[in-house]
Formats: sequence, structure tokens, C-alpha cells
Amino acid sequence: MSDTRPLCLSGKGVTKVFGFGEKKTVAVDHVDFEFHEGELISIVGESGSGKTTISKMLLGLTSVTDGTIYFQGKPLDIRTQKKKKEYWKDIQAIFQDPFSSYNVFHKIDQVLLDCINMRGGKKLSMDKKIEMMTEACSFVNLKYAELTNKYPFELSGGQMQRLMIARIFLLKPKILLADEPTSMIDACSRATILDMLMNLRNEIGMTIIFITHDIGLAYYISDSVYIMEHGKFVESGTADEVILNSKAPYTKRLISDVPKIYEEWDLNTVTFSTES
Amino acid sequence: MGKTILEVKELTTKYITRFGEDVYAVDHVSLSIEEGKSLGIAGESGCGKSTLALSLMGYYFPPLHYTSGDIIVEGQNISKLDPDTIRKNILGTEIAYIPQAAMNALNPTQKIIRFIEDVVHVHEPKMPKKDIYDLARKRFEELGLPASVLQKHAVELSGGMKQRTVIAISTILSPKVLIADEPSSALDVTSQKMVIKMLRNLMDLGYIKSMIFITHELPLLYNVTDDIMVMYAGQIVEKGTAKEMVFNPTHPYSKGLMGSIIVPEEGTRDVKLAAIPGTPPNLKKPPSGCRFAERCKYVTNECKLTTVGLTEFGDGRSYRCIVPIEKLREEYANE
Amino acid sequence: MKNTLRQVFHSPKFVAGFIIFVAVLMTLFIYPLFNPGNPLQMLALNSFSKPGTYVSVYDSIDTDSIVMKLPGAAEKRLEDKLSMDDRLAMKEWLVTAGVPEGDIDTTDTTNLLKIWKEKYDPSIKPAGMTIAKRNYYKRLTIDLDKALNSNEVTIATPNAETGALEEAKKINDTDYVNTKDVTNAITLPLGTDNFGRDVLKELVSAARTSIMIGFIAGIIATLIGLSTGLLAGYVGGMVDELILFITNLFTVIPGFIILILISYGIGQENRGATTVAITIGLTSWTWTTRSVRSQVISLRNRDHVNLSKLSGHSLPRIILSDILPYIASYVVMALILQISTAILAEAQLSMLGLGPKTTEVPTLGLMMNWAMVYSAHTHGYWWAYFPVLLIIALVSFSLNLMNTGLDQVFNPTLRD
Repeated sequence: MSDTRPLCLSGKGVTKVFGFGEKKTVAVDHVDFEFHEGELISIVGESGSGKTTISKMLLGLTSVTDGTIYFQGKPLDIRTQKKKKEYWKDIQAIFQDPFSSYNVFHKIDQVLLDCINMRGGKKLSMDKKIEMMTEACSFVNLKYAELTNKYPFELSGGQMQRLMIARIFLLKPKILLADEPTSMIDACSRATILDMLMNLRNEIGMTIIFITHDIGLAYYISDSVYIMEHGKFVESGTADEVILNSKAPYTKRLISDVPKIYEEWDLNTVTFSTES
Repeated sequence: MGKTILEVKELTTKYITRFGEDVYAVDHVSLSIEEGKSLGIAGESGCGKSTLALSLMGYYFPPLHYTSGDIIVEGQNISKLDPDTIRKNILGTEIAYIPQAAMNALNPTQKIIRFIEDVVHVHEPKMPKKDIYDLARKRFEELGLPASVLQKHAVELSGGMKQRTVIAISTILSPKVLIADEPSSALDVTSQKMVIKMLRNLMDLGYIKSMIFITHELPLLYNVTDDIMVMYAGQIVEKGTAKEMVFNPTHPYSKGLMGSIIVPEEGTRDVKLAAIPGTPPNLKKPPSGCRFAERCKYVTNECKLTTVGLTEFGDGRSYRCIVPIEKLREEYANE
Repeated sequence: MKNTLRQVFHSPKFVAGFIIFVAVLMTLFIYPLFNPGNPLQMLALNSFSKPGTYVSVYDSIDTDSIVMKLPGAAEKRLEDKLSMDDRLAMKEWLVTAGVPEGDIDTTDTTNLLKIWKEKYDPSIKPAGMTIAKRNYYKRLTIDLDKALNSNEVTIATPNAETGALEEAKKINDTDYVNTKDVTNAITLPLGTDNFGRDVLKELVSAARTSIMIGFIAGIIATLIGLSTGLLAGYVGGMVDELILFITNLFTVIPGFIILILISYGIGQENRGATTVAITIGLTSWTWTTRSVRSQVISLRNRDHVNLSKLSGHSLPRIILSDILPYIASYVVMALILQISTAILAEAQLSMLGLGPKTTEVPTLGLMMNWAMVYSAHTHGYWWAYFPVLLIIALVSFSLNLMNTGLDQVFNPTLRD
């Protein structure tokens, strides 16, 4: 890849091993990656490929067993709670399941106020805070006046996910890690969520790492794509390179197995696996 | 025109919630399937497509209740039979149903062959075990499942294998209609393709005469079924052949749904995704008039007042909208 | 939150349990207001007096009487005098005297007496009858004669100077006094126990102490279980291993045996109700730890906890605001169950004689213990132990009912 933009996150030999002895499983196996600033990167993999583990490592929610993650060219140091807090000002996340992403006991106002406080807005006047929250809500087409004093579970899945984007809007991180943010959302609302993510990206110029199992979606939105199989990146490159001219057999199989609408989806090539 | 296998007329069923409210999740739905054909049902979550699948069996248990309408399987009206008759004489032989999480429904302490014996014995109590085994073995091999699976427990099988086994078990009595509710959604794409291939084989070998396939994944539906029906808020809003529905939708809701398809194919990157704002109406108090009116781009005052029925317009297609078809086409062309 | 409470109070099981429990509790607190006094005061010098109203015999003499002629009063008196043994003895004599056995009906008092008057002759000496037995029959006949003639009874008091008896009052067989007019009377609805104490008053006090022991022990056990469970589940790693090790250790050694050893070790003199409660609490937390831990482990990986971390919240804050509210309903259920277990544990301990000091407060277990030690059950003194059993059953039944009701509300798999 010949991207001239500065590196934002990169990794060398990043490995994650769970358990030890006989129960040892290698979830992520010596992966290298280079994510540039302002880029939209997709990590595509099926369930069990290690894509969630790598996202947890990038977020600093789980430790790295081996290898190094570099943040803006320097090795990532998040050994203390204070350093972690600093890092989390730069990287934020949206998770797959909007219903489990909220503390059901907290009102929507508190979710948003937390973000303002985290950006150092603790001492702002309440009027100013409400103004900021209203702005964030209107960015995602929600009305703050209708949401105030409500609980997240009173919203629909799509609205909850939009509120998550409003949260990111307030936090303005350098990197957003979106872990399958649309996989539990209906097709009609998906476009809305994706549009808002793109608008937000343009607005605050952040890097988005998009984790998904849907290779079509990855192709649709990303600049570059990483294909992951059994804890390893088997192929990476720009979206067009990887999807339209894929080289790795795994990528080819993945693409041929996805139902299509323009090309024929050839069922004759299917061989039934006989191993159970 | 082939022989009609399943005909449903104005079927209405409701849920009664814990607070005693009625939710009409299937509202005057009519459909028919001919021999050798498959019908797809598409729609957002909560539109009533899974309830429709349950209702089609004629096997109602609380909180789902039958309200009105007919279900006719090869001339036999099953909608008013009592649950016991349905269970003994209809399920398995006339209609088979594969629920969403079917693969987790297998009792882990039993061998696969036991499930098949159970299914067969409901209908033919005297059939010797050896005959059942031979039947199962033949069927499994024809469908690309190793016969060794019969002697295994469910936990020894992978997800995809389990799902294929469940389908083989539920179609062992060669039902006339197979209702598959998201049979492949929980699987990876490779296993999904195998499940679809197997369903196709079942049709080709004549073990099932027709199929109703329910999913929210439109590209999959397009590749699996002959016809597609789009459901919204408990009603059918449009139906037609798969190709027509995907490339030439009429109803504004179908148009939006088809516009949200994403596939990894050349050219799809440049297409703007369609988005439908808002949320579906609450079925406890459905709006009068068109149920999609709140979210429709082409809404007029009349939409919210007139109850609109399905209008047919050739080729077995019909749609539920008061705007004339030419006008809608014109609007779509201008975008 | 409001909605949850509404759901809880819509659960018939919870409401039934709650009503029973509150009713019992109200009774326990209201009864002493009407009947104050020390529950351990010994009233009677006999043990195990039957339930009923006791009036002073002494005062009833001085009470103004009225004359009543109740039909059959004399027969009743007689019937009461003649025990079944006497009747059988009479039958035995009559049979030896040649009366056909079929003519004698021991339950028909009038007829029996008639035959006896006709046939009995103290001079007849049936073969093989001892002198003592013959004397018994003589005494019996005299007693019967006394009971049959309704002579007045004279109450006499000794003269203070001469010491001679002087007639104070004559009492007729038709004299009646109103029990309300008797100056000293006491109603003992559940009789007295072995020490002559009012069982009902004692029971009310004992139930209060037992429920208090249950609450203290339950709260201690839940607090320990909750904090260790939270710590083990959320922090994980070595802390988890260590806590799990200790918990497993406590689980494999039967808790009740530890309880017995500790109680024995403390010694009878130092065991107050509170000490017993703390001892029970300290030995029954393991179950709560294990279940809280597993709940927390499943919560720890929920996205809202991850997001809370990403928002830079501190560990105590995450535990308090992102974990605890989710398991609160569960903890309340555990608490209810622990209270009920602790009440039973106290009863078991006290039955074994390892309960609180016997001289200070009664507890349900101690009452059972006393009843057992003084063989109330073998003598049929049901009032000494049956009401206690009933209260224990009622309290733990209502608590368990509430627990099941809550379980149905909070555990979606159990919903109808």
C-alpha cells in the first residue's frame, strides 16, 4: 500500500493467547497492520476468526500477549489507569448490540453528560451542556427534548445505535472502532447509521476501524480491507484490490459463498462437508 | 400453472400480551404456492414474518391465537382442526417447520436416529426400527449427509451440520410444504450455502413439494425463491417474482428495502444506499389508513385516511398503495 | 424501577408470601402491646398446664353466686368422677357376681350404677380377689354415694384465737359464679411450658428474636457473599482463584458442622442471640459468593461495562453503577433465602442445645429444645411444640414464597 498519510495505529507481531497448557488457544497470531489517519479500515472475518479479540486489544480492554501496537508511531503504553484514560480520549468504540451497550439504569442524559465530562467539560454551565447535547442529538437526527429523562431501552435499536454515534460526536476521538455496529439493525436503518458514521468521519476527521463479518458491507464502505482467518490476516489491501481481485483462496471462497444479485450465485459448486 | 399445494385466504392471527392486549401480527394475509415453487417472505424484524410462519402450520398455542381465515393444504382446510389432530396428522407429513434456532433444539442426550424414530412413529407407530434406519440412511446420503451422523449425538456435530441434520429430520416424512424461518442466519456463509443447496436438493428430489423461505437477507432470498412477498406491520405490501421484486419494486417500502441491498460485486460501491427513516408502527394500535404512511416519501393526506387493499397488476404481482403504479414508476425514474 | 416494583406486586406468589410475612410480623409487634410483661416469667408451679382460662379457686369462694338448676348437672358430675378404669373394674366384679356380660354397658352411666346398686355386696368374696382389691371396691362405692347425694359443702376458717374451725360459707351444688366476677383469673391460650411460662407470650417474643437472628445472619451472609462475589467475578485472576479456593473449602466442609464447632467453642455463657446470628451469618455466605460471582462474570463482558471503562470510570464506580444494579434483584432474592435459612439454622442449633443463652431471651429453637428435653412430645403436650413448629413453617414458607415470586419476575425463563 502506498498511503502517504501518517500512521495512526499499527502493529507488529501482535499476538493474543488465552489460557495456558493444554487449554491454550491462540486467538490472534502474530498479525501486522498499518492503519493510516483518516482511513476507513475494515477487518472482515467469520465468527471465531479473532476479530473481536483484536478489537479488544486495540481498545486496550485486554492485554497483548506478544508483539507491539504502535499508536501514532510510538509503542502504546497503557500500563496505568491514568495512561489508559488518556488513550481512551483518542480511541472510542461502538459495539454490535445496542441493547447491551447501555446501562439500563442510566438515563440518556447521563450517557451524554459522561461524554462531556470526559472531554473536560465538567465545569461548564448546565445550559452549555444542554446546548452541546442538543447539538449531538440533532447530528444523529434525534431530538434532545424528546429524549431527556428517558431511558435508552425506550428507544428502538436503530435509535440506540444513533445515540451511540451522538456519544462519539461529543467525544471526538481520533480513532473509532466500530464492532459490527449494523449487524443487529434492520436493513432500512442500516443505511442511516452508515451515513451518520460517514458524516461524523468527515466532520471530525477520524480514523474508523470497522469490524464486520459481512464482506459486502466491508467492500461498500471501506478504503482498505483486512481479511482475517484463524487469527491471521490472510489478505489486505484497498477494497477494490481485495474484493474484486482477491488472491488468497480464503477470500475467494468467502466471496463466492456470499449470495449475489448481479452475478449468478452458483450452487453447483457446493460440496457438502462430511466431517462433523 | 402447476397444482396449488398451499393456499392461504385472509389469515389473521393475534398475540395476546401479558397485559391482555391484542397484537395482530398477521393481518388478512393471503398467499398460494404451486407445486415445485418456493415463496420468500421478506421484511424487517417485528413485521410479522415469523408469526406468519408459525400461523401457517395451523398449530396455535398461547400467546398466539387464531382469529380468522383459511389454510388449505391440497384441498384440506386445516385452519379449524384441533391442535392434537394437527400434531398427529398435519405436522411432518403435510407441513414441516424449521424454526430460527432449530439446531439448538436437539436434545443433546439422544442420538440423531432416535429423533427420526420419534418423528416416524407419530405417523406410523408400527414401522420397525430397521426400516426407519434404512429410510433415514438413504435420505441422508441423498442429501449429502454422512450416514454416520445417525449414530451421533447433537453435540458432536458442527453448527452447519446440525442445521442440515435438523432439516433432514423434519422432512423425513416428505411434507408437502416446508416452512423455513431464517434457517441459515446463524451460520457462516459457507455452511449457509450448503444449507441452501440442500433445500434445493430436497425440492429437486421431490421430497418436498413447495417451500416457504423467510429471511431478512434479501440477496439470499433472491437466489433461493421463485417469488418474494414483502411484509410490513403484519400486512403484505407487495408480491411478485424474485427478479421483478429486486430490480423493479413498486411499493415505496419494497423500493427502500431493495435499495438497502449490499453485495460484494463490482459497481455496488457507487450506489447510494436507500434509507427509510422512522420506525414501524406499534401493532397494538395500528394506524388507520396505510400503515407505511408515517415513513413514506410520497405520502399524501389521503394515505392516512383510506384503508388500502392489494392491487393486482399483471404477472401475479400486486402492491398495497393508493398511488397509481405509473406515477410511482415516474417518481422512481426521476430520482 | 417503578415498573419492576409493579411487576413484583403483580406476582401472586410474592404477594401471598408478603401478606403472610407482614401479618406474622404485625402480630408479633402488636401482641406485646396488649399483653405486656416478661415472657420468661414463670407463672405456674406445675409444668405443662393445658391451654384454657384459669380462675382462682380461693377468690371464687368469695364471689357472689347465683343459683342455677342445670338439667343433668349431677349426672355430669358423676360421669366426670367415674373414670374408664373404674367402670371396667365395676364390670369385672359384676361379671364374677354372675351378671351376664352382655347386660353391662360401661358407657351407659345411669344403667351401670343401677346394676351396681342392686348387685354389689361388700360381704361377697369373689374367688381369687385380693383384700386390697376388695377394699378398692368399698372405697369406690363410698365415693359414688358421696357424689350422688348433693349435700352442701362447708367452707370453714380457723378462729385466730381459739384455732377452732368456724363456718365461713356453705356451698351448694347449685351455686354458680361468673368467671368474670372472680378477682384473679388468667387466660392461657396455649397453656404453659415446662417452666410454667405462658407459651403464647413466650412464642411471640421468641419469634421476634428468631426473625431478628434471621435478618442479622442473612444480611451478614449476603454482605460477605456479595462483596467476595463481586471482587472474584470482576477482578478475576489471582483474586478470583483465591476467593474461589476459600469458597470451595467452605462448601466441601458441611457448613452446619462448622457452625456446631464454632457455637461449641464460644461456650454457652457467651452465646447471646446476636452472637448466634453472627455465627450463622459467617458460615453461610458461600452460596451467595458463588452465584454472585457467576452473574458478575457474565456481566463483565457486556458492552456497557466496556463502554464504561472506555469512558474512563474507576473500578469502584463501574462495580457500583454498572454491575451492582444488574444483580440487585438477584441479591434481594438471595437475602430472603438466607434469612429463611438462618431462622432454620438457629432452630437446628438450639435443638442441639447450642443456641443462645437460655436465661435471657427465648428463641423458636430454644422453645423446641425445652419441649424436647422435658418430653412434651411423648406426653402429648402439643401446645409446647406445635405452635412453634407452625410459626417456623409459616415464616420460612412466606419467605420462600416471596423468593419464588421474585424469581418468576426476574428470571424470564420461569415466566408463564
